[in-house]
Amino acid sequence: MAGPRIIVVGGGLAGLAAVIKIAEAGGNVDLFSIVPVKRSHSVCAQGGINAAKNLKGEGDTTAQHFDDTIYGGDFLANQTPVKAMCEMAPAIIDLLDRMGVPFNRTPEGLLDFRRFGGTLYHRTAFAGATTGQQLLYALDEQARRYESEGKVRKYEGWEFLSAILDEKGVARGITAMDLRSMELRAFPADAIILATGGIGAIFGKSTNSVACTGSAQSALYQQGAYYANGEFIQVHPTCIPGEDKLRLMSESARGEGGRVWVPRTAGDKRPVKQIPESERFYFLEEWYPKYGNLVPRDVATRAIHKVVYEHGLGIDGQPMVYLDVTHIDHETLNRKLEGILEIYEKFVGDDPREVPMKIFPGMHYTMGGLWVDFNLMTSIPGIFAAGECEYQHHGANRLGANSLVSCMFDGFNAGPNAMRYAKSAAATEGDGGAAAELQRQTEINKKLLSSSGTENPFKLWRELGHTMTEHATVIRYNQGLKQADEKIVELLDRYKNVNLSDKSQWANTSFAFTRQLYNMLELSRTVVQGAILRDESRGAHYKPDFPDRNDEKFLKTTKASFTGAPEGPRFEFEDVDTQYIKPRPRRYDAAK
Amino acid sequence: MASRTVQLEIKRQASPDAPAVWEKFELEWRPGMNVISAMMEIAANPVTAEGRETTPISYDSNCLEEICGSCAMRINGKARMACSALIDNLEQPIRIEPLSKFPLVRDLQVDRSVLFKNLMAVKAWVPVDGTYDLGSGPRVFPQQQEVSYPLSNCISCTCCMEVCPQFNEETGFVGAATIAQVKLFNNHPTGKVLKEERLRALAGDGGIQECGFAQNCVEVCPKQIPLTNAISDVGRDVLVQKVKDFLRG
Repeated sequence: MAGPRIIVVGGGLAGLAAVIKIAEAGGNVDLFSIVPVKRSHSVCAQGGINAAKNLKGEGDTTAQHFDDTIYGGDFLANQTPVKAMCEMAPAIIDLLDRMGVPFNRTPEGLLDFRRFGGTLYHRTAFAGATTGQQLLYALDEQARRYESEGKVRKYEGWEFLSAILDEKGVARGITAMDLRSMELRAFPADAIILATGGIGAIFGKSTNSVACTGSAQSALYQQGAYYANGEFIQVHPTCIPGEDKLRLMSESARGEGGRVWVPRTAGDKRPVKQIPESERFYFLEEWYPKYGNLVPRDVATRAIHKVVYEHGLGIDGQPMVYLDVTHIDHETLNRKLEGILEIYEKFVGDDPREVPMKIFPGMHYTMGGLWVDFNLMTSIPGIFAAGECEYQHHGANRLGANSLVSCMFDGFNAGPNAMRYAKSAAATEGDGGAAAELQRQTEINKKLLSSSGTENPFKLWRELGHTMTEHATVIRYNQGLKQADEKIVELLDRYKNVNLSDKSQWANTSFAFTRQLYNMLELSRTVVQGAILRDESRGAHYKPDFPDRNDEKFLKTTKASFTGAPEGPRFEFEDVDTQYIKPRPRRYDAAK
Repeated sequence: MASRTVQLEIKRQASPDAPAVWEKFELEWRPGMNVISAMMEIAANPVTAEGRETTPISYDSNCLEEICGSCAMRINGKARMACSALIDNLEQPIRIEPLSKFPLVRDLQVDRSVLFKNLMAVKAWVPVDGTYDLGSGPRVFPQQQEVSYPLSNCISCTCCMEVCPQFNEETGFVGAATIAQVKLFNNHPTGKVLKEERLRALAGDGGIQECGFAQNCVEVCPKQIPLTNAISDVGRDVLVQKVKDFLRG
């Protein structure tokens, strides 16, 4: 008998991890991805992957990793899945090592580990500064091996549009669009795993890849799935501002000894190398003596904001600070950080080995995502979510090098869980709703193609990005958030008048983008309105008007559901699982 | 005073069968622009230099950090990644065309799936027993890691294939990228169990003997992968394998 048929949407680390597990267990996989899977956004992860292997004699344990992750996430994450993730992490590293990931090594030939933010241990395994790329390739190769055996069928260049739901609301497949022929098609499946990454595009410019629009999550949310903790968005402290995107400068630069500073005197005109040590303000080291430059990302980001906007000490009066690795010897830099230093050199033109880098915070990671239960199933039966598109592991702030481990953990669990579900699910009646859903999608396309308005979709997107970045990133005020929501409503209204300058039906990238844009607009309201409701400060969510964490009221998961009403999503709150570690104040100026 | 502008000429083709046309664009200059940000600008305002309305350019892109390998195209005649092609470093008008050795999809989009097929043909993977917890991997010394890591940096952009005179339909040559991956996996402590199969896959028509040592590949590689070294190393191994296979009958 043929094994169950599972659809995996998204071929990044989490998606491929699920694919491999399913193929290995005898299932058949249809893998959908907008881009060839080897080009997925996971390639951008730089610094490393966490696992408490304790190979440096520091007494590190998985319990300590668990505590650092919960504490770093300001106690918002459900503890059961985080504990399981941290316990599985060492075996994940071993497996990746066996698959041939070229991790950096110690002289004895063992795995080398570096330090990362939010911990005092050397817990991060790394392959130069391109760890995500190396991990993704290892999984891509294993998936190709199963593809050659006929167990995996790839639909690269197909975009997920929606789930097919039967009369009982159970998922029976998906609809997808071929991005070349623009053909719409329904694909039946016994279970579906969404592994579609983050939502960076909602913020216009971010460190995310172009494909990270959150469109798939949003489509599912509009079909009834809960979207959880949408307001928690990580702004990475060290990015290179750019015209087309914000390029990440990995935390590993600080993990290997990089220091963040500004001249003590505003508008210091001297060449940077001539500013003496005593006139440099190493503000992270002064403000957080215990963790120094390796405070968690939300803390570092706010500190940079403060030094630039409150102290007025940005370099040349610009919103920028120095990230300095020039004191580290070139051999070490090339061996451990070459990938990221090259990015800086290529895109800025200066050699960071000689001149301190100029950096500023930028939107980086989506802690929130599709709500899932402890088996990674969304609130729609038959649909699972894995990786950055779900909400479960990082609470209010993700620690560096925990994203790769959460992707692997999720894929390795969602795959087998989906198989188990598929084997016990009741058979589909009729077409399971496929024809009706295909019809609905066809109508959406028709309407868009016949639209003859004046609004350019790319301009609408820029406006969305500006308002989201201004009001819903580092510092949040209720008034600004309300303005942002009003702006989104305005954009949704203007969207009705959208002008598709290209109406052809062949490889029409702006048509696909315009469809994504609608989903971005709907999803951005969960971010903004979730932030309005949460009158406290926790992890990456910071409101100066409510500067403290309020566990009594807000130690809760935010769950948004789509209503279709003009007011936007409906919200409810769910208790957080805190059965292992009692919430305590989170501070990084002293040992925890 | 007229503001500084950027002039681009882009080769457009609506579909594989449609005629190719060149369109000119003139954009306002901004610091830090690259070819992708220029095309984003065009998408937001799709009007040619002559003031005629047109459509946004179709092109592949994703990470914009030169690590996903998507946005390879010919810029001023050179195969390279568009995201790292900084406008200030390019002679204007900047002429942008699709890669020429791959089936055209639309405008600057081409179909490069042949590389993934080649990687499958040479079994570019480590045949692990399974994904369950089987303990730690083989010991690898830093000296060896420093050889494999650069090879493992290949982003599958196919620039090396685009510039190779031997990469064409006549020879069916697999190209440098695939050969470098053979070296990578043949050197891995576990990956090498498939060494003979990989070498045999490179022994026939379209295999490694098609290489004409033009060395264009290594010059164009955006990741500075030692491609020609890999080709000589693998070429020698293929030869040895052929002799062994011959003697075994």
